[in-house]
Amino acid sequence: MMEYLQILGNEVYKILFLLVPILVSVAMIVWLDRRVWGLVQKRKGPNVVGPFGLLQTLADALKYIFKEIIIPASANKVVFILAPIVTMTLALVAWAVIPMSEELVLSDINVGVLYLFAVSSLGVYGIIMGGWASNSKYPFLGAIRSAAQMVSYEVSIGIIIINVLLCVGSLNLKDIVLAQQELWYVIPLFPMFVIFFISALAETNRPPFDLPEAEAELVAGYQTEYSGMMYAMFWLGEYANILLMCAMGSILFLGGWLPIIDIYPINIIPAPVWMILKILFLFFLFALIKAIVPRYRYDQLMRLGWKIFLPFSLVYLVLTASFLFYFDKLPKGNF
Amino acid sequence: MLAHSVFFYFFSIIAIFSSLMVITSRSTINSVFFLILDFISVGCLFIMVGAEFLGMIILIVYVGAVAVLFLFVVMMLNVAEQKQSWFIGKKSTHIPIGLIVSVLILLELLVVVGGWKYKNDLMSSSTLNLSDISNTHQLGLVMYTDYILYFQLAGVILLLSMIGAILLTFRQRKGVKKQSYLNQISRNPSSSIELKDVESYKGVKIDD
Repeated sequence: MMEYLQILGNEVYKILFLLVPILVSVAMIVWLDRRVWGLVQKRKGPNVVGPFGLLQTLADALKYIFKEIIIPASANKVVFILAPIVTMTLALVAWAVIPMSEELVLSDINVGVLYLFAVSSLGVYGIIMGGWASNSKYPFLGAIRSAAQMVSYEVSIGIIIINVLLCVGSLNLKDIVLAQQELWYVIPLFPMFVIFFISALAETNRPPFDLPEAEAELVAGYQTEYSGMMYAMFWLGEYANILLMCAMGSILFLGGWLPIIDIYPINIIPAPVWMILKILFLFFLFALIKAIVPRYRYDQLMRLGWKIFLPFSLVYLVLTASFLFYFDKLPKGNF
Repeated sequence: MLAHSVFFYFFSIIAIFSSLMVITSRSTINSVFFLILDFISVGCLFIMVGAEFLGMIILIVYVGAVAVLFLFVVMMLNVAEQKQSWFIGKKSTHIPIGLIVSVLILLELLVVVGGWKYKNDLMSSSTLNLSDISNTHQLGLVMYTDYILYFQLAGVILLLSMIGAILLTFRQRKGVKKQSYLNQISRNPSSSIELKDVESYKGVKIDD
């Protein structure tokens, strides 16, 4: 019995060691997002609380905690409260398989990519549940939009992942990174990287695809009826999801924790730093796009997903497979 | 081993409980949520026996896509009212057919389970060594070689049902304005703005 408790304690310690940095970095990333947004628009952005305004998110979180949580009278209470919890949990659970370096990973499972894909496809439930349980028109419309949007962009993300997997020959995230030692996949699969990036924007409901919460049409979409800490949980979950998508992009295409070139002064920088730098780079692009691109119309969004990205990534999949087959570069695997 | 059996009973109790709740709960939306819980716990059971690929695929396909569509249908249509009317109202045409289908499914399950019981050497007839390669590789080795025909057949059946579903819902409506993206993108100032000198007290007609 003691043995089990010890193992359990050890695991809990490891999980906390992963979760606390993620929550802190989510807070920092919100600040970075607003800061970049401000700089693009020639404003200063949040710069009052703490040095450079770094503690702004903390102040916001504190405000949210002390606000009253209002549950609408006609809402389905259980589902209403469950929705932000589901969003937040799913956003954090996915981080279990993200490798920060060759050793630094909580659980190194064989089907890491599938796990990531599964968890990110479950993310839609938090939104649907929140929208439906609010029992109000704007949240419901937002939820329906968001569900359709996320389901359709998952399809092209899935095919892009298959593209990468064809080159690697393994579903393990560590193997995927190690297979990029010679060449990052962003170079041979550059079109796929672009499509992955745009689909990630749509998958996380970021501008220009933030139709579920388009304030001009739907007030705040599925979050309209939420207040206080419950709203903050949706918000944290959303940003944790965005970070997750950035991590996924850097693992699949930018070589994860690998340095840019493996020569002396560059490769002494520790692996997690490289990983964090790549995640930050992708997030910087996310923030820039939020500031510079106007919102899509809903039919344009659907057309982009189904009529352009899906056929294009399918054709590219066939091209990749034929290239690998013709030049006999298909991964033989270690079985 | 203890932890393994504890987790096994944990997931199976949740699976059985939630599948019972699917058919007994009053609100249809709760039924769908319990169905999702059922899918997830069955996926966890798959992962526990070492079939991690199948478990993840169940999560992705059933929970991530199929159950979302179920939720859509239940939320958009008034399923709850219909369900009430079957039980409270006079006649239902659905219950007899449903009974026939479920009895058939039960019989089929009995046949399958009985087959295992009496011919258990079928299970061990696989030529693959199950121990040292991951089950994703095993599936890949078998699916595109020995079972390629069945795999393709399943794909064709899915394609046909997709075309069928589109045909059923496709109708051409008249008087619908369609937007041509090409025209929208290829507009430029000279083709869409016209400058006119307006004489006083005369104005211009727009549609000239």
